[in-house]
Amino acid sequence: MTATRDISPASGDANAGLPGLQAELARDEPMRLDSGETIGPFTAAYTTCGELSADKSNAVLVCHALTGDQYVLENNPVTGKPGWWELMVGPGKPLDTERYFVICVNVLGGCLGSTGPRDVNPETGEPWGLDFPVITIGDMVRAQALLLDHLGIDQLFCVIGGSMGAMQVLEWASRYPDRVFSAVPIAGAARHSAQNIAFHEVGRQAIMADPDWRKGNYLREGVNPKGGLSVARMAAHITYLSETALHRKFGRRLQARDAVSFGFDADFQVESYLRHQGSTFVERFDANSYLYITRAMDYFDLAAEHDGVLAGAFEGTAVRFCIISFTSDWLFPTEESREIVRALNAVAANVSFVEIDTDKGHDAFLLDEPEFHATVSGFLEGAAVHRGLASK
Amino acid sequence: MNAGGIGIDPQTAAAPVLARRDLEIIANMVDDGSRVLDIGCGNGALLDYLGRNKGVDGRGIELSQAGVNACVANGLSVIQGDADTDLEHYPDDAFDYVVLTRTLQATRNPREVVSHLVRIGRHAIVSFTNFGHWRVRLEMMFDGRMPVVGDEGASWYDTPNIHLCTIRDFSTLCDDLGLTVQRALSLSRSGASRKLKSAGAAANIRGEEAIFVLTRE
Repeated sequence: MTATRDISPASGDANAGLPGLQAELARDEPMRLDSGETIGPFTAAYTTCGELSADKSNAVLVCHALTGDQYVLENNPVTGKPGWWELMVGPGKPLDTERYFVICVNVLGGCLGSTGPRDVNPETGEPWGLDFPVITIGDMVRAQALLLDHLGIDQLFCVIGGSMGAMQVLEWASRYPDRVFSAVPIAGAARHSAQNIAFHEVGRQAIMADPDWRKGNYLREGVNPKGGLSVARMAAHITYLSETALHRKFGRRLQARDAVSFGFDADFQVESYLRHQGSTFVERFDANSYLYITRAMDYFDLAAEHDGVLAGAFEGTAVRFCIISFTSDWLFPTEESREIVRALNAVAANVSFVEIDTDKGHDAFLLDEPEFHATVSGFLEGAAVHRGLASK
Repeated sequence: MNAGGIGIDPQTAAAPVLARRDLEIIANMVDDGSRVLDIGCGNGALLDYLGRNKGVDGRGIELSQAGVNACVANGLSVIQGDADTDLEHYPDDAFDYVVLTRTLQATRNPREVVSHLVRIGRHAIVSFTNFGHWRVRLEMMFDGRMPVVGDEGASWYDTPNIHLCTIRDFSTLCDDLGLTVQRALSLSRSGASRKLKSAGAAANIRGEEAIFVLTRE
């Protein structure tokens, strides 16, 4: 277990000495954002595992979800916990690091090393706060493409990710089809639904209602809207689970007591669990980053750029797709994945589509789901044969 | 199921053998390196065979989720879908061959499905059980009960096979749709195949199964 780090504002330059790698991108020319603004130079913090082959053909880009980070396999320096996808990535795992070179980048706008609203705006010498430009999924992907340029990797063998990661995967395949050999969007959608935007808005309002948010200037004022961010996380966390999973895990069981307290303590285990989820989250995440990244997801609508026709995003694509959804995921239900499959069929793309039967909800992509892992393994194996990658 | 297995490695894998005679015949009809869509691909046996032996760019649609998962875990490009509802999303002439084996009888609208097959593919290959076979006729005559041919013993009330036809019925459908029958074979129980001559009455009695190759023109 590595020592944990404090990313709270009081710790000063929290990114200095983060494990992993950092690249300064857009140095010569600022990067244009979807909003019309520009950014640059900026930092991309990333980790890699495995070895890049001599012909650079075995690179896999893992795209993380809303509150994820680049610590996909190695221990997270903030929480001290193992990497968030250690079930999927590693020697002998579906993303076998003895075979593939796995890259994971903290998204632009994030708060664990890549440039985001918590960092210092070079023009003012103060933290960006809400002066940070609004970021889109397209901007995150553009930043990742710059990192690949920096690493000299022309084409990714695979781009893979769940939830917001799946949005990035779809954006990659649509925007840079020549740079992607295969794509695995998991528990995702080609656009954020009204219900999902609504949940995000609840989270953002919780943050902005916290008196310590200070219109986004909390860093300058030496406070932290932990209460608001914690409530945002609690609400969001419910959407990552399923009714069945919650019932199985907690039922109506009481928390360390024999009877209800006739008060507003966490009487129920599920309350205690959510409070814990909220309070640990604020130790590792920045409230403004949460605003920016949820916004990026809300704005995502791949069809919109193609006159409302999703198939237009994939016209003539040679990318091999494997779309995966989970039966109990009500945040990104299977129907959303099916819509992507239909669009890909409409352009006769090479697509596999698997729905995994599980009661674990949206978060199933992070959990031990053998059939899911077998699907990813098998798909990558088939793709590797077609790409001519040497077998293990 | 062989979860992490290698799908399509022509170097290391022994040439697989197709267990079903109709699949074997169909595999021989398909040109090397062509694009094939197998509708109702089951466990992916035909796609796997074509990928390994003929360098075919194969895709599959399968109704059962278990079948789909097994196929994808085996490196095949397969989606969960339904011949009745999902074919309309494919563009014209997307494939060289669209294959539908022992599945037509389970579709809700066979006429529409066949129309889609020849629209999506330059060739459609259809295999089906012939309910005009003499054994079926005799069973009906003497037993007075619905035949359960190729149905793994399912009774009339729980069989997924809702649109049964004979070779003659199918030929008539092809005529109605204005399709060209490029080739037609009937298969006997022993697996021997013979060319069909204009859906002759003899074939409709002797053949247990039929394979038709169709085109639009």
